[in-house]
Amino acid sequence: MKIAVLAVQGAFAEHEQMLEELGVEHFEIRRKEDLDRNFDGLILPGGESTVQGKLLKELDLYEELKKRIEGGLPVFGTCAGLILLAGELSNDTGVGFGTLPVVVRRNAYGRQLGSFTVEEEVRGVGKIPMVFIRAPYIEEAFEGAEVIAATGGNIVGVRCGNQVGISFHPEVTGNTDMHRYFVEMVRESIS
Amino acid sequence: MINERYDLNRGLAQMLKGGVIMDVTNPEQARIAQEAGACAVMALERIPADIRAAGGVSRMSDPKMIRGIQEAVSIPVMAKCRIGHFVEAQLLEAIEIDYIDESEVLSPADDVYHIDKRNFKVPFVCGAKDLGEALRRINEGASMIRTKGEPGTGDIVQAVRHMRMMKREMARISSMMENELYQAAKELQVPYELVRYVHENGKLPVVNFAAGGVATPADAALMMQLGAEGVFVGSGIFKSGNPVKRAAAIVKAVTNYNDAKMIAELSEDLGEAMVGINEQEIELLMAERGK
Repeated sequence: MKIAVLAVQGAFAEHEQMLEELGVEHFEIRRKEDLDRNFDGLILPGGESTVQGKLLKELDLYEELKKRIEGGLPVFGTCAGLILLAGELSNDTGVGFGTLPVVVRRNAYGRQLGSFTVEEEVRGVGKIPMVFIRAPYIEEAFEGAEVIAATGGNIVGVRCGNQVGISFHPEVTGNTDMHRYFVEMVRESIS
Repeated sequence: MINERYDLNRGLAQMLKGGVIMDVTNPEQARIAQEAGACAVMALERIPADIRAAGGVSRMSDPKMIRGIQEAVSIPVMAKCRIGHFVEAQLLEAIEIDYIDESEVLSPADDVYHIDKRNFKVPFVCGAKDLGEALRRINEGASMIRTKGEPGTGDIVQAVRHMRMMKREMARISSMMENELYQAAKELQVPYELVRYVHENGKLPVVNFAAGGVATPADAALMMQLGAEGVFVGSGIFKSGNPVKRAAAIVKAVTNYNDAKMIAELSEDLGEAMVGINEQEIELLMAERGK
């Protein structure tokens, strides 16, 4: 099994560290040539979604990755990654793949002073620490998108087929449970 | 030191990695920077090159001007306060800035003490020329570090010197015997725990960006190859012939900093780079402010 991590901007090294701890082979996608390598799953890390969305297109990665996600490639988006997957943004125009049937609100908790940490249950994962940094939340999940996490009355995690999108950052905590969940998903998709 | 708010603030810096933070002086420039792919903007009244040219005392920007920029973009907005001027920092926190740069670009307000940054909820980034300075700022509560470089010159030599110095000192600490770390802490004038972190991890406990004198995509890639985790560009963009194109090119060069072929293409037809000032021609060394 090999998992690719989108590495155009943001906290991709932290995701690689998590995969490292789980003993999963991984590599970075920064340019078109990187797509020639085989991979069974894709992680879209936190960072700035406007930057990542723009670079995806300008570095010619967008079409190919979108096609693969639509074709069932397991994908795991955190924070900016969730925004890239969202079918619709309520307070901005979409910059990403738009493959996940949800409406997402960017910077939903305001500026950095609104950033926070909680511990909550994720369905199929268990209780984990959740770090929200200038985070989005999910205003609406349409048919097919199963809510797997919520906090303070807002949806912060969904799964739809092979796509998982969450508002928070497991990659900056020491907890690998969320990554283990995704790796399991990838394993099931290849077997 | 290890508390939730500090971790959140370190976390925001982690999200900025691999990105370019651009100096902007009005909402229009902020929008251009965001569209060009900036991962954050630094709101200030005058860019360093103009501060240098104008001379005189340079202070925190008008809060109204900063708010205008906050409203214009969705990416994080940073702003500078003077070294040691904790009231300017309080004002920036009051308008909910995303990151405060306690910056040597402005005239220092205190020639002895830096701001006690642990007293704030908003995060701080500080400049450093070497490992001792970096760890002292972290001990005071900075959750992000950048090289000082020499702002407003378009000359990369000082940023290179500072980054190499930090890397060299971290390598030295890493290779020390454990019983030598106490003496190292004494020499660097920092707590033992921070020296121990560097010894065990070979890097700073916070994100480390390059700043000062970045003018071209190649400059940005040079700093990334030297180990910077992202880049601040100040005067280099809006003092150049074609800011939009140059800004976008620098963003891509930071992502693919090892791809010389791509950076060569990005460097074509960028128009005039900012007119630089050489190190020897400068009268005011901003990097010498705050130790």
